[in-house]
Amino acid sequence: MTDASLVVTDLQVEFSGFVAVGGVSFDAHPGEVRFLIGPNGAGKTTCIDAVTGLTRGTGSARLGDTELLGRPVHKIVRLGVGRTFQTASVFDELTVLQNLDIAAGRHRPWVSLLRARRGVDPSIEHALEETGLTGELATPAGILSHGQKQWLEIAMLLVQDAKVLLLDEPVAGMSQDERTATGERLQRIAAKRIVLVVEHDMDFMRRFATRVTVLHQGQVLSQGTVAEVQADPKVQEVYLGTAGAATTAAMAVVLEPSAATQTLKEQ
Amino acid sequence: MTKKPWISLSGIGVFAVLLLAVAPLVLSDHWLNNLGKYCCWAIAAVGIGLAWGRGGMLVMGQGVFFALGAYSMAMHLTLETAGDRVPGFMVLYDPLAPLPMFWEPFRSTGFTLLAIVLLPVVVAGALGYALFKRRVKGAYFAILTQALAVALATLISSTIRETGGDTGLSDFKYFFGFVLNDPANRLMVYLIAATLLIVCLLAVWQFYRSRFGELLVATRDAEERVRFLGYDPANVKLVAFVVSALMASIGGAMFVPIVGIITPAEIGAAASILMIAGVALGGRASLFGPALGAMAVGWGQSSLGSTWPDGWTYILGLLFVVVILFLPNGLSSLPARLMRRQRPGPVEPPAPAIAPAELEEVKS
Repeated sequence: MTDASLVVTDLQVEFSGFVAVGGVSFDAHPGEVRFLIGPNGAGKTTCIDAVTGLTRGTGSARLGDTELLGRPVHKIVRLGVGRTFQTASVFDELTVLQNLDIAAGRHRPWVSLLRARRGVDPSIEHALEETGLTGELATPAGILSHGQKQWLEIAMLLVQDAKVLLLDEPVAGMSQDERTATGERLQRIAAKRIVLVVEHDMDFMRRFATRVTVLHQGQVLSQGTVAEVQADPKVQEVYLGTAGAATTAAMAVVLEPSAATQTLKEQ
Repeated sequence: MTKKPWISLSGIGVFAVLLLAVAPLVLSDHWLNNLGKYCCWAIAAVGIGLAWGRGGMLVMGQGVFFALGAYSMAMHLTLETAGDRVPGFMVLYDPLAPLPMFWEPFRSTGFTLLAIVLLPVVVAGALGYALFKRRVKGAYFAILTQALAVALATLISSTIRETGGDTGLSDFKYFFGFVLNDPANRLMVYLIAATLLIVCLLAVWQFYRSRFGELLVATRDAEERVRFLGYDPANVKLVAFVVSALMASIGGAMFVPIVGIITPAEIGAAASILMIAGVALGGRASLFGPALGAMAVGWGQSSLGSTWPDGWTYILGLLFVVVILFLPNGLSSLPARLMRRQRPGPVEPPAPAIAPAELEEVKS
């Protein structure tokens, strides 16, 4: 598909004086499942917001040779950057097919909008197979299960032919089986596209991450493979020490070296 | 949305037969003329259904676009009636008053027709572009459009020498060369209005089943998401807004020869809200709801409103409250609701619906 990489350099986002992201750099390449983790308020989602044009950021975010920052949202999308949201946002009143058809629409000429849809695009059929939604073609998106909605969102990114998939907590609220299925699907998708996942779920991260960037208070704390990041004393300190009780509990799993390495070995 | 498009299409067909063939045979001249008036409101209502029902834009100032069409038409008919002289009301205060500059082009039939179509497109286009690109929406959008209707009505009221002020423009004798007093010509004017209503319904029917219709609903429900699919929602809304403005203008233009008078009261805040009321009663997101709702409100106004003017406002208000409370999707959602009650199961969403249905059976 593309060899272009997403390279974010010295990204800064400020909300009326409060620095949410203060000089973050990371990159993501096709072929890897890239993770962005960190405690609440670390600036993970804000990074994605800035890259997709939802909030204003300074610094640089390049896809190949193209600078993304400073463009309006829909123009960035047309360059091939797609994203999902923490709360699955699909068009509830429309069917799965209609949802996907709209997502596929940006490659069509304007005039085609005035005609009714005939048949199903091959790209849509492919995305349905990829996400296991083939049976739900005529189902209104509003009555899909939570996990199916999130897959529908990913399917929408596939039919819109996004080169970069920025996924904001894609497995939140999913069962263990759904998580595994999602992770495997993401690995397949990542073969040809750039996949960047923002996650809280450390177990999911350990199982499917190729490389990880840990954010803390708007800064990059650590970067590397799962093993490298887990071994980093700074990461351990942040998750044990100053961070709130909730995140400590969440990260407790990370700090069980035996359990962690075991999971790694299993893979 | 419209799973069975042919049912809707045959519905429009039945409606067309009723309006174009049955009504002229059955109704007296007086009521046929009234029906023509309702058709004009219905044309505007169909546009409101598109912008508000499907597009989520609460257009509270459609009177503005209704006025653009109505006054364009009224100015032309006034000039046609006056012939070479300056219209009567202008020389009332100053016998030597010249014809204002902006009246002059409306002598031309072609210019008038073009103005009826292009003025609302240009005004709504510029207004919509400015508002939607700045992401003005919701209550702010509604208040802004409403304020425009008030402003335009006030402007017309205060420019009595140029526009006729509160008295409005009236006493038209000719309609593009046809004598308006002639019953045959009045029938023709009615048929034009009814045909335009059918055309607008067909246009909206195609809009709803097209990809644009789906995109419009998507924009209404999750504008931000649409942006992240690579569309500019402002453009999507702009198209719906401009089309609805065009329909309001066409409705206004036909209103003038049918009713024979246009005043600021017909286009101001109250009139604009009455247009919305009809749409809400009928069912804003449905195909026929807006048109039928507007016609019903029009009929109520001319029958009840004339025999019992004090009570009519209360009845309308009460009806509005009841419908909004119990049928948020308007009266057009009533048949579907009743059907669902009669045979539960298939219409309801799957599995969980079975339990309550069984419960009801047990109870009865």
